[in-house]
Amino acid sequence: MSILTKADPAGPAGSARALSERRPLGDRGFQILALAAGLLVLLILVLIAVSTSQQASSWFSTEGLKIFSSSWDPAANKFGALPFIYGTAITAVIALVMAVPVSVGIALLLNEVVPYRWSRPIVYVIDLLAVVPSVVWGLWGILVFAPWIQHIYGSIGSGVNGIPVLGNLFGTPTSGASFFTAGIILAFMITPIVTSLSREVIATVPAIDREGAYALGATRWEMIRGAVWPHSQGGVVGAVLLGLGRAMGETIAAALVIGSSPTITSHLFAPGYNMPSVIANEFGEASGVFRAGLMGLGVLLFAFTIIINVVARAVVERSARRQRGA
Amino acid sequence: MAVSAGRQIVDLREPPSWRRTKNRIMTVLMVLAFVLVMVPLGFVLYTVIAKGASIISWQFLTGSIPPNVLPANVGGMGPAVVGTLEITALATVMAVPLGVLGAVYLNEYGGNKLLAKVIGFMSDVMTGVPSIVMGLFIFSIWVLHFGYSGLAGALALGCLMLPIVIRSTYEMLRLVPDSLREGSYALGASKARVTVTIVLPAAIGGIVSGALLAVARAAGETAPLLFTILTVTTVNRNVFSGANTSLPSQIFANASSPYVGAQARGWGAALTLIAIAFILMIVARFVTARFARYQR
Repeated sequence: MSILTKADPAGPAGSARALSERRPLGDRGFQILALAAGLLVLLILVLIAVSTSQQASSWFSTEGLKIFSSSWDPAANKFGALPFIYGTAITAVIALVMAVPVSVGIALLLNEVVPYRWSRPIVYVIDLLAVVPSVVWGLWGILVFAPWIQHIYGSIGSGVNGIPVLGNLFGTPTSGASFFTAGIILAFMITPIVTSLSREVIATVPAIDREGAYALGATRWEMIRGAVWPHSQGGVVGAVLLGLGRAMGETIAAALVIGSSPTITSHLFAPGYNMPSVIANEFGEASGVFRAGLMGLGVLLFAFTIIINVVARAVVERSARRQRGA
Repeated sequence: MAVSAGRQIVDLREPPSWRRTKNRIMTVLMVLAFVLVMVPLGFVLYTVIAKGASIISWQFLTGSIPPNVLPANVGGMGPAVVGTLEITALATVMAVPLGVLGAVYLNEYGGNKLLAKVIGFMSDVMTGVPSIVMGLFIFSIWVLHFGYSGLAGALALGCLMLPIVIRSTYEMLRLVPDSLREGSYALGASKARVTVTIVLPAAIGGIVSGALLAVARAAGETAPLLFTILTVTTVNRNVFSGANTSLPSQIFANASSPYVGAQARGWGAALTLIAIAFILMIVARFVTARFARYQR
């Protein structure tokens, strides 16, 4: 034993310092280069915040608290952001309500039901959804999907007209390009990311928990409820939040199918607007306070998505750490 | 001991109960969720291929973009194809080396330092920044001073790619076993030398396929290009100056056009764009299968 400790090269003090002093210049340079590349991420994030807020400053200063008013009318110099914030929230909620159960279902299917050799092709197919570009979803949405679903909206609308709550949500007026269509398209687009993140979380459930549940005579569903779900709950919440961030920031598909009308209405089948799509559609022609207002919407969007992403990553990391600790 | 000789065979199978029915229902629902996703995907791919395949030809890929009113058989998407290729290539050249270096810092130098943790966390957060915000950002720091150009578009796409490349490279570097590094240190190599000649080559398969997936993602992005390249209809071979165009921004312009010819060209461009993304994805899978030494 004592021979081994003597032979340990890390043992002698002082030699390590001598080595570090003789580090060649290229070695130092490479480390600095790598550090600079890492710092670039922080620099870009800070620059985004500073430069866009600077461009938006005239909106913040001329409108003051009226930036959260509900009327947006560039011709009358009214630039209230509320219709777009409302539209962003509504479309994102519609997208989540549809995408989350489906994504979690697929994640459970992949991890708990199908054998491994089947799960790989299924993952490939889900990934194909993410390969279809946003603008292609928009093109398909406005030229094929919206005209088709308009009839369905029409019959639902006339069916529920007059019924208190349903009539307010799904009654007439109806339009193919609407909050709901945008929500559906967004749901397709966030499904791959929510699925893959939920799958990663669910895969970390220890096999011994599953086997324990089965040994007690649980069916597969009872095993999922009793062993898988409590373990992966936190991580799935994080995955859902990341999906929410995606749905809020997704631009081009929503810009084409949302209907481009800055109104606040409870009618989900009516045309509306959200933050990214108004920027995409109107920034080109805007100038002065109008442009600053659109830039300001970008600042708000950036702030919302950063907050949601920070919370989501923190939730995911906390649940991962708790699982390692447990 | 010959009890089993008796006629009575005990049926050990559980009778169908509510618990088992519920289990069956839930399994069916999970399969249904998958089918539910397949329907729109199949629908979109079918429409794009059906409507796009009839218009795509060599002339379509190289011809100039005609005015929207002209019928589908006139002209093509040449300038947009050129624009997409040059802008995406420039973005790749900028973002991939920086992303790999950033990942090298996180995995090889950062360790458990607070700064490395913050950078890693913020890089994950940066993947969530909406693409339109990247467009506004480059508009305010670049386009306002230097005007519209392919370079501005490439900067915006590069900002989108950077965190994706960092994340995928970092995952790959983590898989390289420490014994490789220790073996090279034992031979007296410096850290930079170990990283460049041992660690990066060991992970190259995964790094390349991750980078290709980031490129595929960037090639389809429209929002960051809207205010940085300003969609035009003429070929601009100089990526560093002058307004440019790209397939996604051309599709966006044509999708909201009422003319059938413009819409048909939009479908053709959509098929071209999806084909580019698919080819990149397949090459990435091939590289992973062929060159990746360490897989998750």
